[in-house]
Amino acid sequence: MSIEAVERIKARFTEAVEEAHSRLGDDTVRVHRDSWVEVLEFARKILGFDLFVDLTAVDYLGREEELPRFEVVVHLRNMATGKRIRIKARVPESDPSIQSLSALWKGANWFERECHEMYGILFKDSPDLRHLLLYDEFEGHPLRKDYPIDKRQPRIPLLASEERRFSRPADETPHGHDPRVKE
Amino acid sequence: MTVDSHLDLHTDYIEVMMGPSHPAMHGITQIKLYLDGETIISADVEPGYLHRGFEKECEDHRWNQIVPYTDRLNYVSPLINNVAYIMAVEKLCEIKPTPRCEYLRVILSEMNRLTDHLTCVGAAVMELGAFSGFLYFVKARELYYDLLESVTGARVTYSWTRVGGMRWDIPEGFETQAYAAIKETRRILKEIDGLFTKNRLFLDRVVDVGVISREDAISYGITGPFLRSTGVAYDVRKAHPYAAYSEVEFEIPVGQNGDCFDRYMVRMAEMEQSMRIIEQALAKLPGGPVNVDDARYIYPPKQAVYTTIEGMINHFKLVYEDVHPPKGEAYGYAEGGNGEIGFYVVSDGGNKPVKCRVRPPCFPIVAALGKILEGHMVADIVPIYGSVNMIGGEMDR
Repeated sequence: MSIEAVERIKARFTEAVEEAHSRLGDDTVRVHRDSWVEVLEFARKILGFDLFVDLTAVDYLGREEELPRFEVVVHLRNMATGKRIRIKARVPESDPSIQSLSALWKGANWFERECHEMYGILFKDSPDLRHLLLYDEFEGHPLRKDYPIDKRQPRIPLLASEERRFSRPADETPHGHDPRVKE
Repeated sequence: MTVDSHLDLHTDYIEVMMGPSHPAMHGITQIKLYLDGETIISADVEPGYLHRGFEKECEDHRWNQIVPYTDRLNYVSPLINNVAYIMAVEKLCEIKPTPRCEYLRVILSEMNRLTDHLTCVGAAVMELGAFSGFLYFVKARELYYDLLESVTGARVTYSWTRVGGMRWDIPEGFETQAYAAIKETRRILKEIDGLFTKNRLFLDRVVDVGVISREDAISYGITGPFLRSTGVAYDVRKAHPYAAYSEVEFEIPVGQNGDCFDRYMVRMAEMEQSMRIIEQALAKLPGGPVNVDDARYIYPPKQAVYTTIEGMINHFKLVYEDVHPPKGEAYGYAEGGNGEIGFYVVSDGGNKPVKCRVRPPCFPIVAALGKILEGHMVADIVPIYGSVNMIGGEMDR
């Protein structure tokens, strides 16, 4: 569909493009993660892919040893021409980080927050990487392949204010019997 | 809107937690509000209360077993999710469904689009205090729930698509009932239109409230009625026609201002278009089988299972191992009730996906919500949040 866009990215970033194909009609470019922001800025500003469709990651745990474990995948759409493109970058397990796209698309931040908590991929220069769907105390990254599907999370300790409320004897609780009233 | 902090009665900002379980909230989401009096200075939206690990569960299930999970994403239009997911898998397998199946998918999807819009607008007006209005919407929605129940046997969670086709064909007499339901819906929608569209009480709450600009909407990745209310005529059904949408005529209603009222108008106009599509598709509905003739994906007829060894082996293989899409990746997408619903599936050639990512249409809208709310009054949260049509199932997954 947008083979032209793929070709232009290949021509512009000859060094960075590792793979490009249009299998099943999905135009795909895989680039080196060091050129991640440059390629996406080119796609956004020059090629006009302005709609931020999706950002996610895939965990290829256990594929050949030397290949990086994760792949960050972005889907974009050009609102003027209706063309679509998928841009990917491989991220190794030893240093799971990649540049953030929040400066290019406003919508990128939430997708990155989700990707960060689910896969533990660090998006550098992101304005906000708090947990989105999970709670703050959640341990581990649930969508990684080595996170067991039936793993249970530890109980969260009570906050200091909750500690006071629950450790009080029953007859002193605000809803219970208050001895001072009787006197 | 600026806040004059030099006034005598100026007080400190206060922090208010709205939700997660608040009667006027459309779903289970917490909004952390920083207020100056009644004006919202900033709003921090915190979703996730309905997270149940959709993607993790998908990676542990076979391709056809995921269909029931997709029901639970957007539970007011499950069939559209079914269709979008199956389209992604069929893209991976390079299957082209039969013409009858394509038409049935269009008809059932549009019925679900009607239920989605009816629920969204109905709930939004109910949260504004018009409970009787909600009953009108639900009355119309019930017609389609009945129709879909006659096809699928379920009122909400249909799980009706399979790789290569559908679970079953529509029952006899479906067309007549559908035409009757459409006639009745048109009458009810006219009543609803009379109740709200020029109603001063309603207009005061929604006109010029929750405005988002075209550029912002696109940058956030917003699609669907929310984007169309800003004047961008992007509809997956027209821009990238799938199933039989290229063979029916319909229009894309667009708004102008991108406020809550435009979103209401876009949804109301889309319902009429959906009914037009159903009528045309029913009139053109081709005959023939609903499933492709491919033993790798579709169960053999029972006659063959009980009388031939090949049929029995085929049946066993499908029951025990399910389908094996070839190695690769595909992004399949459809126009959901809220916008583009996409599935990014990765297969390693096995019977379970390596990755099944759903791109939830309301996710970018909720991401933009905090920005939209800034400068509004607390009471405006109700109509704005109502027009977002946040669906907890697909938002939190």
